[in-house]
Amino acid sequence: MTSVVTPQEPAHLTSSLLYLDDVSVSFDGFRAINKLSLSIQPGEMRAIIGPNGAGKSTMMDIITGKTKPDTGDVLFEGTTDLTRLDEAAIAHLGIGRKFQKPTVFENQTVEDNIHLALKSDRTVLKNLFWGISADEQAKIDKILVTIRLAADRDRLAGDLSHGQKQWLEIGMLLAQDPKLLLVDEPAAGMTDAETIETAKLLKEIARDHSVIVVEHDMTFIRDLGVKVTVLHEGSVLAEGPLDVVSADERVIEVYLGR
Amino acid sequence: MLTAKLLADRRGLIFLAILAAAAILVPALNLLTPEGSALHVPTYAMSLMGKYLTYAILALALDLVWGYCGILSLGHGAFFALGGYAMGMYLMRQIGPRGVYGNPVLPDFMVFLNWKELPWYWYGFDWFPFAALMVVAVPGLIAFIFGWFAFRSRVTGVYLSIITQALTYALLLAFFRNDMGFGGNNGLTDFKDILGFNIQSDATRAGLFALTALTLAAAYLIARSVVMSKAGKVLLAVRDAESRVRFLGYRADNYKLFVFTLSAMMAGIAGALYVPQIGIINPSEFAPGNSIEVVIWTAVGGRGTLVGPAIGAILVNFAKTTFTTGALAPYWLFALGGLFVLVTLFLPKGIVGTASDYLARRRAAGAKPEPVAAPTPDPAE
Repeated sequence: MTSVVTPQEPAHLTSSLLYLDDVSVSFDGFRAINKLSLSIQPGEMRAIIGPNGAGKSTMMDIITGKTKPDTGDVLFEGTTDLTRLDEAAIAHLGIGRKFQKPTVFENQTVEDNIHLALKSDRTVLKNLFWGISADEQAKIDKILVTIRLAADRDRLAGDLSHGQKQWLEIGMLLAQDPKLLLVDEPAAGMTDAETIETAKLLKEIARDHSVIVVEHDMTFIRDLGVKVTVLHEGSVLAEGPLDVVSADERVIEVYLGR
Repeated sequence: MLTAKLLADRRGLIFLAILAAAAILVPALNLLTPEGSALHVPTYAMSLMGKYLTYAILALALDLVWGYCGILSLGHGAFFALGGYAMGMYLMRQIGPRGVYGNPVLPDFMVFLNWKELPWYWYGFDWFPFAALMVVAVPGLIAFIFGWFAFRSRVTGVYLSIITQALTYALLLAFFRNDMGFGGNNGLTDFKDILGFNIQSDATRAGLFALTALTLAAAYLIARSVVMSKAGKVLLAVRDAESRVRFLGYRADNYKLFVFTLSAMMAGIAGALYVPQIGIINPSEFAPGNSIEVVIWTAVGGRGTLVGPAIGAILVNFAKTTFTTGALAPYWLFALGGLFVLVTLFLPKGIVGTASDYLARRRAAGAKPEPVAAPTPDPAE
């Protein structure tokens, strides 16, 4: 015991925005996530694909604190252990999430939806005031333009079309001003025109945010043109550009179906 | 800005104006007109209306948690009764040596039970400011503790409703016991005066009525300012998509706890105003059925509208009085149950919700939609 052992962390760990290492979780004996390791760099946009039951949504649940892993580490910005935090605390750190099914506040206006999401003090007492500051209003206006809903600001969110709700939810993510956005099937149920517009929107967002997109739609992934991770049975099967990944024998077998 | 928004609330302004008018007119017609005059409001009728108004405060309090935050409390009667007991204890201490047994300190039921001294938890209740504090503190504290455990454990929906029923039932059983020191089965009664005024006199009754009307107005303004604030929007959001709220970084539990505690305090004040006008408080106020009735008043009036539940409470209780004093008395519960079923099926937004939808449709489109749109009906949420 003479030598001093300094834990040598791999370089990609310390520079990673998000780092999952050897994460496993089981539900009633079913291994939803099996020794999953994944790392996302700051500013990166990553697409995650995989057949149903590959563990994509469970992975999102683990990152956002909804599900606690049985084993493994989930580190944010190299140091913060996400497995010890609840949803609200993780949201505070700067991780925003868009659900697969659009989840907006249907009985409130589009503008109020963004207002609620806007980065601000989240305690009860600080929110017992009326009205809105000029600074906040300006941010809301900017986001409404970005998500193509400026004209619909006074409509109830419940009255929007499916595609518009998806955009509104993405807008709510932007309003949180997160460091990392998790976007679950943003193009699900959209028309072709909306899908193309959504890809454009995500690319705009990726300019100054890190983004993880889970998606089934291959055309959409191709439009994004980013690195792809293929999940299968709760672990990473392949990783790389879409062309390389989709040429992989194992990927073709599990994902494209045999 | 604040005044502008308040003035934009036409429905609320009408409601407040009616309450202000009632607070002046009803006592005036009672005190200033001779008995037998066509305009005279008899004292019993005034106290009856006062009772309805305390129920209206209770329904408004329930609307704050149910209509705006989706917490279906089936135990709000408990907070009402606790506030009532705090007031009842003050009124008992005011009797002094005028009780049947003439004991200057101990209420009659304690003398009857052969108690030698006042239990510690009765201390201070002879002093009105302390009793008034307890009227809000006791229901508030119990709601806080209950909510702290329930919301943190993420108990929601039907399960939460069931444990609120259990809460009020547990209190019912506890208050029935003679050794609890709250008068057991008979409760607290035979009150003499309040703040030095004879509780039976017309002038005191008139004062209590006016105070109740003004308290309802104040409760409305408080509830309204909460639901119009950003925190109020968070509450609506919790009702409609709780997990979304959490992922936005709000601690939904704290918001629920805040509104649940505030609502319990309002219910406590309603109970405190109820007791001197009725002249008795006993454990039956904790009966689970009472709390369920409050839900019916709220649903009939229109949940998520604040004004609606107050109106619902007054209308349903007026109907109850009319029914149960006539030949139809045995059928009242059928009528009440039927009313609930009919409202749920045909007027899911209640009287006020349906009326305001109708008015909104008639008004030209383009006006900013009301942010407190009544929710889709979901009895469990």
